[in-house]
Amino acid sequence: MMKISDYDIAVVGAGHAGCEAALACARLNKKTIVFTVSINSIALMPCNPNIGGSSKGHLVRELDAIGGEMGKNIDRTFIQSKMLNVSKGPAVHSLRAQADKNDYSSSMRQVLEKQKNLDIKQAEITEIITDENNKICGVKTATGIEYEVDAVILCTGVYLKARCLCGESITYTGPNGLQAANSLSASLMKHGIEIQRFKTGTPARISFDSIDFSKMEPQYGDERITPFSFSTDPDDIQKEQVKCYLTYTNEETHNIIRNNLHRSPIYAGVIEGTGPRYCPSIEDKVVKFADKERHQVFLEPEGIHTDEWYIDGMSSSLPEDVQIKMYRSVPGLENCRIVRNAYAIEYDCIKGKQLKNTLEFKNISGLFSAGQSNGSSGYEEAAAQGLIAGINAVRLLDKKDPVTVDRSEGYIGVLIDDLTTKDGFEPYRMMTSRAEYRLLLRQDNADLRLRKKGYEAGLISKEEMDRVNEKEIAIEKEIVRLQKTNVSPSEKLNQILKDHKSTPLTTGITLEELIKRPELTYADLRDIDMNRPGLSDDVIEQVNIGIKYRGYIEREKRQVDHFKKLEKMMIPGEIDYDDVKSIRIEARQKLKSFKPESIGQASRIQGVSPADIQVLIVYIKRILNERIQ
Amino acid sequence: MYYTDTIAAIATAAGNSGIGIIRISGSDSIIIADKIIKSKTGRSIGLCDKDSHTISYGFVFDENVCIDEVLVFLYRAPKSYTAEDSVEISCHGGMYVLKRVLDTVIKNGARPAEPGEFTKRAFENGRIDLTQSEAVMDMISSENEFSRKNSIEQLRGSVKDMIISLRGKILDECAYIEAALDDPEHYDLDGYTSVLDKKITDMIKDADELIDSSKNARYLKEGINAAIIGRPNAGKSSLLNMLLGYERAIVTKEEGTTRDLIEEKISLDGIVLNLTDTAGIRSSDNEAERIGIKKARDIAKTSDLILAVLDGSEKLNENDIEILSSVSRERSLILINKNDIDNRITAEDIKKYSEADIISISSKTGDGFNELKDKIKEMFYTDKISDNKQIYLTNLRQLNSFINARDSLLLVKNAIENKMTEDVFTVDLMDAYEELGRIIGESTDDALADKIFKDFCMGK
Ligand SMILES: Nc1nc2c(ncn2[C@@H]2O[C@H](COP(=O)(O)OP(=O)(O)O)[C@@H](O)[C@H]2O)c(=O)[nH]1
Ligand SMILES: [Mg+2]
Repeated sequence: MMKISDYDIAVVGAGHAGCEAALACARLNKKTIVFTVSINSIALMPCNPNIGGSSKGHLVRELDAIGGEMGKNIDRTFIQSKMLNVSKGPAVHSLRAQADKNDYSSSMRQVLEKQKNLDIKQAEITEIITDENNKICGVKTATGIEYEVDAVILCTGVYLKARCLCGESITYTGPNGLQAANSLSASLMKHGIEIQRFKTGTPARISFDSIDFSKMEPQYGDERITPFSFSTDPDDIQKEQVKCYLTYTNEETHNIIRNNLHRSPIYAGVIEGTGPRYCPSIEDKVVKFADKERHQVFLEPEGIHTDEWYIDGMSSSLPEDVQIKMYRSVPGLENCRIVRNAYAIEYDCIKGKQLKNTLEFKNISGLFSAGQSNGSSGYEEAAAQGLIAGINAVRLLDKKDPVTVDRSEGYIGVLIDDLTTKDGFEPYRMMTSRAEYRLLLRQDNADLRLRKKGYEAGLISKEEMDRVNEKEIAIEKEIVRLQKTNVSPSEKLNQILKDHKSTPLTTGITLEELIKRPELTYADLRDIDMNRPGLSDDVIEQVNIGIKYRGYIEREKRQVDHFKKLEKMMIPGEIDYDDVKSIRIEARQKLKSFKPESIGQASRIQGVSPADIQVLIVYIKRILNERIQ
Repeated sequence: MYYTDTIAAIATAAGNSGIGIIRISGSDSIIIADKIIKSKTGRSIGLCDKDSHTISYGFVFDENVCIDEVLVFLYRAPKSYTAEDSVEISCHGGMYVLKRVLDTVIKNGARPAEPGEFTKRAFENGRIDLTQSEAVMDMISSENEFSRKNSIEQLRGSVKDMIISLRGKILDECAYIEAALDDPEHYDLDGYTSVLDKKITDMIKDADELIDSSKNARYLKEGINAAIIGRPNAGKSSLLNMLLGYERAIVTKEEGTTRDLIEEKISLDGIVLNLTDTAGIRSSDNEAERIGIKKARDIAKTSDLILAVLDGSEKLNENDIEILSSVSRERSLILINKNDIDNRITAEDIKKYSEADIISISSKTGDGFNELKDKIKEMFYTDKISDNKQIYLTNLRQLNSFINARDSLLLVKNAIENKMTEDVFTVDLMDAYEELGRIIGESTDDALADKIFKDFCMGK
């Protein structure tokens, strides 16, 4: 049998997780090979044609701050862009861009192709190979070639034992009819890895010239486009944008669905996988929200050079004949032609609790896993994991400390922590409400929070890091200046206040106090603030938020201090929970099954009580002490 | 020494002797003690300037009301049990007063200690040897188990319902806000703030009512009125004495010695009982005794709880039967006393006349008293003997959590008034939700995400 030993790291899969993982490894000077079952599926967007959105936009920003590619790639290939929630608090502002799917994939493919140290190989991986110490040493392809490597990153997405369901018709393929990977699951299970089955779905694609847009409301992008990447100059990306459209389902649509529910593989019990509740099929919506008279349907182009339009809001696994009737009942789609049917997809994924927060398996050294195959959903969630897995595979080979993100540092941390400390029963999607410190974890300050991680990993240059440090200093300096600057009630000032419906002054006040007022911003006070330095927009934004949300921010910072304390208390790997007599049985079982790395992680496992944690702390102190003696 | 938050708890259960100790530990413990312990005339006794290991004499004041006369033991870090600044207040006024003193300590900045927390701190600060860690672990888990059982027991049905409903309302709002923030194209928040403002105001009002009634609940302040009735010589006075733990009523073999009413306060794990020992009920010619018997009947009528004592060594007579047929089923317990000698009354005999619960006891040996106490507690917490509709929290830690929850709601209201954005409302709403969960012993975990997915139709 042929063995190839040219590479340090193998990445299995070239979806959004695989691309980030492979790029990170190669950029950190590891000889890297990325395997894909089909060369045409690199950075494929098989579902929705957009990147970002609520909380996912945060992930892309963070990924960019650490040195990922997704933000840059969408900046190159978007066709519409919108900052969501601008009328709401800064913590929930979220950027979302419509992508030209084809451009997105081919642009990413080019980045991979041009990347030094990185080779792309079309091949299905069927086995992982470990040595007698349970350390990874290679992978094997379907064609029987063995690649000897020191680390493997699994980014298999939804391809493991995938099958697609459209009514009664079942095909054993991955998305878009691409070849599934049918052997790897068995190899993973042989190595003691626990697998579960999830499902997700996608709506139909409809041909442009069969849509009557006059019956729909157009949806526009922002006038001034904000880039995803901190490295993109906003001026470079202002461009003409496409329109999306909004229409609605109606009673007729719902009747068609209700009358044919027995033909849906989910309702007929054919699908075994657990589907996500946040992204229900139109069947689910009609059943679960029976009293809703209509549901929104967004029409989004799949790209500039294609006629296909994505029907957001109507994913389905009903049979084709029902789909046709169903879509045609929607205003504007009366004569529509379906290019690609809606379908549900089922696939194998691993249970996340088997992973450390570096995304390395707890029981197989050198084996990492990232993306949808860890039980997440979404391109952004996948990419974020890919980057972290890639960085830490390199750290492992270089015998350096891991670079990780915790819950107080980023959505990436929340994502990975949730995946690894909770029993996931459905594909995991990011949401801002999952982040307990979300006022600190804003999309606007991702660079301030996380650039240093990228720098530490080696993906961010010294100049880029310096720029963030300078920005930080500028922000602090300006806030201090505003705290120290007193203004007295002049006619000019009171006029400004009146213009903004703010109470006029009778005595002196600091500029900070004025900015704290909900009706005023930093910019409004320009004319009475004589010594204002020339600052960039992003610095001003931070100053404004820092002052207005001070109370909340300080409070969350205090909570973070407490959080960090528990996070830093590590649990020795060889701990024997049976020896910790005073914890309750339920807690003992959970701890044995999750094997948490830190007290903080342990405290988040369901079924482990605060008293159990206290007992555990005492126990660990004792055994650490015994070890010293 | 770094800053630690200050915790407080009743350290020695007072029993019925009336003496009990409250322990305070943490950076602010001496300041707090100094705030509430003063001279009789309300002047400072200068605790802050006292040396370690000194004893002072003073009076505990809750605002301007003097609650108890106390001794204060002061320990400075690191020479204390926990190695932190600590204070022990030795009180005299019995369980109810002890709880009020603890209340006052909490009101002035301490928080109720978690189970085993003093020991845990002692351990963490190196005051307890590592070789004793096994004992420390045992203690944390057993104290926790005890306090958990206790709190569940003490959570009366109607309060629990109120908290569950309040929690539900809070989660509804959070889920709505979060759904709208997550999916702004499907759900919008226009005009929502004023709706929320109204709802929050109502929630705060409900919460305030519960806090108020908890602080003023008659059964907590004044106790439950319990009358001991029974014919002469059944053993009423002996029962009272056994419950009190010392000889208070006159016990004689001669019938009819307890002519007037004797009242005593006792505490059953925090429930205050006002026990009245009545003269035996039977027809009487003696004037003084007749008045006593009339009073006894009146008392029995107005009491929250009736303990009907039967002399088990004799068969039921007409006096017993009269008593049995007059007591209510819900609010009474029938005690077959003297089970240490022979037993001539069976449950069947009694059931002919009364459906109240029956317990066999001996006021001489104490047999059956645990069952009696448990039964009384159960009747209290299931609202059988505190039958007014007022609801309240009896457990201090629970009340403390509830007050924290109310304060979080106030912060939401405050944020609304300050025109903050919706995303910050959830921060405080979820804090309130979590605190309320602590009271009913439920964790938060994925409640919000679950709720959003359940009630809102999200996504593609
Ligand atoms: N053997 C025995 N004697 C008891 C018990 N309870 C009371 N006695 C005696 O019964 C007599 C009457 O008791 P007392 O408490 O004065 O009855 P009261 O008139 O109902 O208050 C006294 O001699 C007690 O010692 C008991 O449980 N067992
Ligand atoms: Mg008597």
